[in-house]
Amino acid sequence: MRHTISLLVENEFGVLSRIAGLFSGRGFNIESLCVAESLDPTVSTMTIVTTGNDAILEQILKQLNKLINVIKVVDFKDIDYVSRQMVLVKVNAEEKTRPEILRMVEIFRGKIIDVSSRSYTIMITGDEDKLKAFISLIKPLGIKELVRTGPIAMARGERLMKIKEKTDIKGGESNG
Amino acid sequence: MKRTGAQIFVESLKAEGIDTIFCYPGGATLNITDALTDISQINQVVVRHEQAAVHAADGYARASGRVGVALVTSGPGATNTVTGIATACMDSIPMVVFSCQVNTMLIGNDAFQEADIVGITRPCTKHSYLVRDVKDLAKIIKEAFHIAASGRPGPVLVDIPKDVSSAVADFKYPEKAVIRSYQPTYVGHLGQIKKAMRLMLHSKRPVLYTGGGVILSNASQELTRFAETLSIPVTNTLMGLGGIPGNHPLFLGMLGMHGTYAANMAITESDLIIAMGARFDDRATGKTDEFAPHAKIIHVDIDPTSISKNIKVDIPIVGDTRNVLTQMLKIIEEEKETYRQYHKDIAEWIDKINQWKKDYPLTYQRNDILKPQHVIERIFELTKGKAIITTEVGQNQMWTAQFFKFLKPRTCLTSGGLGTMGYGFPAAIGAQVAFPKSLVVDIAGDGSIQMNIQELATAVQYDLPVKVVILNNGFLGMVRQWQQLFYEKRYTWTHLHSPDFVKVAEAYGAVGLRIEKEADVDKVLKQAFKNKRPTFIDVHVSPEECVYPMVPAGASLKEMLLV
Repeated sequence: MRHTISLLVENEFGVLSRIAGLFSGRGFNIESLCVAESLDPTVSTMTIVTTGNDAILEQILKQLNKLINVIKVVDFKDIDYVSRQMVLVKVNAEEKTRPEILRMVEIFRGKIIDVSSRSYTIMITGDEDKLKAFISLIKPLGIKELVRTGPIAMARGERLMKIKEKTDIKGGESNG
Repeated sequence: MKRTGAQIFVESLKAEGIDTIFCYPGGATLNITDALTDISQINQVVVRHEQAAVHAADGYARASGRVGVALVTSGPGATNTVTGIATACMDSIPMVVFSCQVNTMLIGNDAFQEADIVGITRPCTKHSYLVRDVKDLAKIIKEAFHIAASGRPGPVLVDIPKDVSSAVADFKYPEKAVIRSYQPTYVGHLGQIKKAMRLMLHSKRPVLYTGGGVILSNASQELTRFAETLSIPVTNTLMGLGGIPGNHPLFLGMLGMHGTYAANMAITESDLIIAMGARFDDRATGKTDEFAPHAKIIHVDIDPTSISKNIKVDIPIVGDTRNVLTQMLKIIEEEKETYRQYHKDIAEWIDKINQWKKDYPLTYQRNDILKPQHVIERIFELTKGKAIITTEVGQNQMWTAQFFKFLKPRTCLTSGGLGTMGYGFPAAIGAQVAFPKSLVVDIAGDGSIQMNIQELATAVQYDLPVKVVILNNGFLGMVRQWQQLFYEKRYTWTHLHSPDFVKVAEAYGAVGLRIEKEADVDKVLKQAFKNKRPTFIDVHVSPEECVYPMVPAGASLKEMLLV
């Protein structure tokens, strides 16, 4: 089963490799991973898409939580959430096909972000199905190059990924 | 006050109350080694191989309960620590390893003696740091010690570039480590504990299955009281030995691959396993599908990742084993009558277990050839159990677990998780440094001792009277045992040529003794234990003796091969 997990992590060097290493070291699969600074510049947000049964997912969540640099882990399994990914597609744009491409970009609410005499570069955002549909429709026209991000995700409504209040811990003492 | 990085390092260690570091110098350590000159508060033990520095720090930590500290140089010095760090990580031993690193400008340039040690050790440390700015050094050291010793303990690596150790910064050692993302749970959830206690009252055949967590959280008194109050039999994993006295009537012996009949059958027939600070390691459970087939499982562990990892658990309790046991004992105290009755309810179960213990004790066949089990029994009797025992890995380790009745926690130092040959001797050196007056005995094999035999020089230099009993059978015994049982006695690679260990000891300036027949065992052991110098005792034992009982790999615990 496919799962989307969101993480808040310390924005420090080496954190990404700890997380990627955790997955590879334990034989868990990463389907995609997106990471960038959050509203707080000391914290990064990561969205990871992974696959596995419930037992594997439970281990993934626990092991992620165990990493010292991981501040919060949210599994979207039982949470209503929105998710988007982005694709950039460079397609052949001959005089004949340009109107059709433009029409398609409009239908999919994409944007043409670069133009040359023989190509368009198109940006489309959306969920996976939408991107898949667009790519399959544009394919016959000749895709020169394609890059896409993995999904980023956020819970719907008021639910937030909050960081717990800082707790002072004395060396070696229990903090309850 | 302005200090160099090296001085900050020294002052931070003093502020942490560190009294011993195990170390080996190199170019990148020079600033720090220079700053340590004339520092008498910190005992500096220079070993002969960086792997041994880490094992010694590990032995020091296991025996004393304090954090072990090692300091090594960059590149090969750092990479040599990997086995020691992985060993400590698998057994959750609190430790901080300081590796030195090439100048920050050179990092990533394939500089002379450069290794990405943070990257290399990432999977086998609890956490690690590369210090890039001298201003962060004190804070990082504070955090490193805090992380190493709290929650589920483990090794932390701090990599200090040479220019960081010479750079200057203001020094003030932080009073507290504040890590927003790291807040271990120490106290068990009371609701879960009550649920567990109710489940216990409904069980008729309970077994306490306890591991290294009991030792690490110093819970052995609470465990013994808990078991005694309710009459629940206890089996330990290898890491849990000493958690309850080895001669206690409720103790079943170790469980698992080389566990006792009583322990393995009790697990198999139990209707309730109360697991405390144990992680259901495959050497303990045997075939997991058939582990405790009739039992509900309560699992107490400070590390949530250990829960339901290998075996599905009915009632998880995340918390420090000692705290949870104290919480449970309080409930028993409040409902004395109920629990007194429970004590009676399970009498039949205890009788059954005692019968197993009587019918199938740990045993071996005595004949003309000196048996290793006999040597270990005699070490126990002659020391009255008052010794810190370290082991290497293999048959020597399993016989020690079976035949030395560990009476107290922190007296059995052994590489359980990683199974590291070469661990025992340097660990014994570490333990001896922590307890200079105690008798420390490494029970070794002729194969294992040769993996870190050079540390005899360290023992001699620092006058550490460690005793090494080499159960010399001319083989890598445990691998040979598997070849005997499962590979038609084709002893490929396992027949070892060894040096004359007595002469080796003498060449290093230590004492070398030899035992060749049973009649000499007591006399020579007494002589060894009495002398105040490092001593090798080369014991020629039966070459083809096997460790029994044995559960073959992949079999269930009830499928034991007995003697």
